[in-house]
Amino acid sequence: MKKFAWLLTLVLALSLVLSACGAGATPTPAPVEKFRVAVVMPSAINDLAFSQSMYDALVRVQKDMGGPDKFEIVYSENMFVVDDAAAAIRDYATKGYDLVIAHGSQYGSSLQEIAPDFPDTSFAWGTTVDTFGLPNVFAYEAASQEGGYVNGVLAAALTNTDVIGVIGPIETGDAKLYVDGFKAGVLSAKPGAQVNVNYIGSFSDTALAAEAATTHIAAGADILTGTAQMVVGAIGKAEEANVLWFGTQSNQSSLAPKIVVASQVYHWEVVLKQMIDLIQGGTLGGQSFTANLANGGEVIEVNPDSNVFDYAKPLAEDTVKGIIDGSIKITLP
Amino acid sequence: MISDLFSVTVLVGILASGIRLATPYLYAAIGETFSQRSGVLNLGVEGQMLLGAFAAFYVTLTTGNLWLGLMTAMLVGALMGLAMAYVTVNLQAQQGISGIGFYLFGLGMSDLLFQKLMGTVETVKGFPKIHIPGLSDIPGIGEIFFSQNILVYGAYLLVPIAWFVLNKTTLGLKIRSVGENPDAADSLGVNVGRIRYFTIILGGILSGVAGASLSIALLNVFQQNMTSGQGFIAVALVYFGAWRPTGVLGGALLFSLINALQLWVQVLNIPVPSEIAVMMPYVLTILVLVTSVSKVRAPSALSKPFEREN
Repeated sequence: MKKFAWLLTLVLALSLVLSACGAGATPTPAPVEKFRVAVVMPSAINDLAFSQSMYDALVRVQKDMGGPDKFEIVYSENMFVVDDAAAAIRDYATKGYDLVIAHGSQYGSSLQEIAPDFPDTSFAWGTTVDTFGLPNVFAYEAASQEGGYVNGVLAAALTNTDVIGVIGPIETGDAKLYVDGFKAGVLSAKPGAQVNVNYIGSFSDTALAAEAATTHIAAGADILTGTAQMVVGAIGKAEEANVLWFGTQSNQSSLAPKIVVASQVYHWEVVLKQMIDLIQGGTLGGQSFTANLANGGEVIEVNPDSNVFDYAKPLAEDTVKGIIDGSIKITLP
Repeated sequence: MISDLFSVTVLVGILASGIRLATPYLYAAIGETFSQRSGVLNLGVEGQMLLGAFAAFYVTLTTGNLWLGLMTAMLVGALMGLAMAYVTVNLQAQQGISGIGFYLFGLGMSDLLFQKLMGTVETVKGFPKIHIPGLSDIPGIGEIFFSQNILVYGAYLLVPIAWFVLNKTTLGLKIRSVGENPDAADSLGVNVGRIRYFTIILGGILSGVAGASLSIALLNVFQQNMTSGQGFIAVALVYFGAWRPTGVLGGALLFSLINALQLWVQVLNIPVPSEIAVMMPYVLTILVLVTSVSKVRAPSALSKPFEREN
């Protein structure tokens, strides 16, 4: 038993240890006009979800600003361990990056400690609205309930069984906003429909996400959605059962072109450009930004390969229009 | 509500899910049982699973051959096992620490290869569900037992085979004696090092299959850190199962069935907070462990390097 206790402790400790590989390139002293950005992310830049949404946005900004010579991007991915992330954030600040992005709400308390030590460096933290009242911290978030609502309206229109399954990681933050918005969207269009929500308690357990999808399908769901990077397991099961899928955070059509109807995609560049303008004008923080449908920070990308495209596209556009002009009000629980 | 849990659909769903979820645990934990019975604690299972999962996926993706994918996973697991055996048997390293080293190696290496060779999440067509005419069509039973893929069946077939090898063969006797009293075994002419090489490599092969069962049979995707701690749970299951294949089977099924149950609890909108629901498998497994006081003790030489006295 003693041995088991020891082992259990070790197992619990190890489940917290995660890889810290893939650090960014070593920075070289840059000419003054080059804008240098460093970003620290909890998962991989190609996770088809949260981290990829930020990386893709940075690449788009880089393109707009004139390529790597004008806009340098370095990143640390898979920073599940907050202490490692904190070390990386401090490291980037020390190296004099113009903007250091802490892309994960779990990094907040670390940033609160680090930012005051580097008053000339601008930091951005998301997803949140809290800048800690610090003059060199920007906050950003996504109104993911808006895209969730649009996806929900489409799902309600496409379901035959009136049962829809949702797979989430942990009931908080961006995931909860999306799930609640999705549910509100379904129920606004079809009050009698049943939305079953399953939070699996993990951002990485692909196997459990897949089994959650199978469970939803066995419970009669003919449409599924989910948020965070472990849903790739669920998308596979949806495809096997020929059940429609709605994505969020990044465009997930590439994974299962036949069943993905639409994805809410975050275009953080809308938020990033405002920050960069402010930084170049001498304001290093103190403001918070929201990416939403109205400012183009969120885009509903309907999958052109889906065989319900012709039906879904106009309905998505109408719903987006309604949310932007205020004729649709989203009430969250 | 609660009574919804007792419908046929739900019970069939829970059993079928539980049997699938237990599959990777069974491969990895049976492999670990062999190495622990010979006195070697291998904490690198998770890393072996990850590299096995990647190898199987990548080979299947590029060649379209599932069996070649599976064999590559076994080969990769065997190589990881060979390295682990060299470190623990020849170099006599502290096993817990070197195991963690192998875990981190597997985690980092599988991620690196994924980034460099694939770059994004893709899917393959994995081992299909086997349809057994007649049996698969029996309502309920058919879905639970007779419409799984071949790697699921393999995992359950492995339990009696492992039991037989460990308890009824000379090889099994040698493995057990090396794990209990390597000095005595050595004096009787058993090659302790060779037996341990065998069990560690076998453990590596089975961990590789465990990874493959995720990436090319159950999920058909590969993602960084996709095993998400399953290798460590497998090590815990060996303790839970008191170093017996049947005990490991019981533990793996208990854990997986409760996990399947908690998925249904949420889907049926039973008012239990999701945080409590996802804790259920862990809490109940620990409860069973502490209430069923086991008389079986660990192999005496577990995690002790063997040094031959001259």
